[in-house]
Amino acid sequence: MTIREHAGVRVQNLVRSFGPLTAVDGINLVVEPGEIYGFLGPNGAGKSTVVRMLCTLLAPTSGSASVAGLDVVESPDEVRLAIGVALQEAGLDQNMTGREILLTQGRLFGLTRAEIERRIQELSPIIDMDAIDRLVGTYSGGMARRLDLAAALMHNPRVLFLDEPTTGLDPAGRQRVWEEVRRLNEEVGLTLFLTTQYLEEADELADRVGIIDHGTIVAEGTPAELKRSIGTDVVTAVVDGATAAAQAALTGIDGLGPVDVFGDEVRVSTENGGRALSPIALALAGAGVEVRELSLRTPTLDDVFLDVTGHRLEGGAA
Amino acid sequence: MTADTDAITMCAPIVARKAGFVQDVVSIARRSIRQLPRDLPTVVPALMIPLFFLMVNIGSLQDVAAFTDIEISYKAFQLPVSIVFAVTGVSRAPALVLDIQNGYFDRLMTTPVSRRALLLGHMLADFVLVVMLAVPVIVLGFAIGVRFPTGPLGVLMFVTIGACWGVAYTGIPYAIALKTGNPGAVNSSFLLFFPFAFLTTAYLPLDSMTGWLAEVARFNPVTYLLAGLRSLFVGWQWRELAKSFLAILGLAVVSQTLSFRALRGRVSLN
Repeated sequence: MTIREHAGVRVQNLVRSFGPLTAVDGINLVVEPGEIYGFLGPNGAGKSTVVRMLCTLLAPTSGSASVAGLDVVESPDEVRLAIGVALQEAGLDQNMTGREILLTQGRLFGLTRAEIERRIQELSPIIDMDAIDRLVGTYSGGMARRLDLAAALMHNPRVLFLDEPTTGLDPAGRQRVWEEVRRLNEEVGLTLFLTTQYLEEADELADRVGIIDHGTIVAEGTPAELKRSIGTDVVTAVVDGATAAAQAALTGIDGLGPVDVFGDEVRVSTENGGRALSPIALALAGAGVEVRELSLRTPTLDDVFLDVTGHRLEGGAA
Repeated sequence: MTADTDAITMCAPIVARKAGFVQDVVSIARRSIRQLPRDLPTVVPALMIPLFFLMVNIGSLQDVAAFTDIEISYKAFQLPVSIVFAVTGVSRAPALVLDIQNGYFDRLMTTPVSRRALLLGHMLADFVLVVMLAVPVIVLGFAIGVRFPTGPLGVLMFVTIGACWGVAYTGIPYAIALKTGNPGAVNSSFLLFFPFAFLTTAYLPLDSMTGWLAEVARFNPVTYLLAGLRSLFVGWQWRELAKSFLAILGLAVVSQTLSFRALRGRVSLN
């Protein structure tokens, strides 16, 4: 892996307020050079606001942030030279062709015509070359996203910010973007900061995940670490209202972790789900709790999200 | 490693750098000019209005104007009005609003492009656009018998004055575009020109006007713009031309102050 120096992201006590609303509330994070950092959270959690600050589109209210070793407030132009950005809505002019978008992008980053042409060839695995001279307005969502990604990479950035790169794409389109992201990271050593509301995306792509909710990072670690933090297995019982009785029945059973209630669902983590299943079923039956559904599975990031925020990630299923 | 990834790895030597102010302006202008033919449906109606006014004004007022002391033909008297209508309020501001709405403006903001170039590039394209709009009006003028005693240089000066006025006015729609990001508001910016367009010497010379209208017209920059344009049908009257450029300068100072102030607000990180 070709890890480039100073290609990370450092954020300290970053705050952004809009009037009385605090959208980002004192976050700290470090993304190491060559790392894929997944910023996971629901709509409105503050993900895009953080990205806009790191991409020099928005000034922090307080705190500091540096990208590729450059302070985003003190050296915005130098930061812009070092980063590639694909924001949530593909920022493309529908009235331009794909080639024109890339040409303009290249020129604004000081590239010569020859460099631009070469770069278009280098990025051809991402771009739909058959459609490069067509107006972007005729592109499908996936084609537009890939062109957006190519535009973000035209000037060979050191850090790439992808704000919800696969939102609105079909599974095949999503898979293709994931492959490109992995390849860019593995082959070029690009540092990637990606926001997502899809658990599967964070799980698949990110070396480390930061979970953000209400403007605060509530958990951070590798996907495996985060999942391990709530146990090896998770047993979930849907009990249709009798949650208090179920919680009481399960609390204290040998080998079970804390019993949590989320809506009609009672969830308990355990080191050995197979062995715990029978005692759990018996305890619930003994307490007269009618169980609609009893399941055993390994923890997901959704469980982690639920654990640290107390609610599920809306639209979390990728 | 696949052929594809080999290709991507090859990009390492390319290093991004600031393009420089002039290159930034040229890049933005190129993009904007390239879009002009694609935006023809929005431009053509803007051209129909001045052509329509030219024919109607001549048809309805030519005989009445014979009773005034206009020293040129009424067709020549009306041609500058038509040019001013053709070039005023026409700009790339609607395209700028679209950029703001579809996120392309944010993409540009994440590049090291000079922020002033974002506006100046569009204005350079506007110059091309207003010249394009002036040509059919002049062709129609020739077709109905208007001639320039000042020759081809007079025609060139006529177009230049019109184009400079048009570009000077673009500050108004750009200010509205950048302030509101609203296409409807931008499209109505032409209405702001109406008082200036009609409270002036559009139909009669200043000497033939009386009362409050004459007073208002005396302070209206369009009066001096039209006088400069009309002077080209008489001969090279430098004093009249200088007054029209002063009127253009005055408009430019006001409207472009508004537009660049709105740009500062739009690109401010707060």
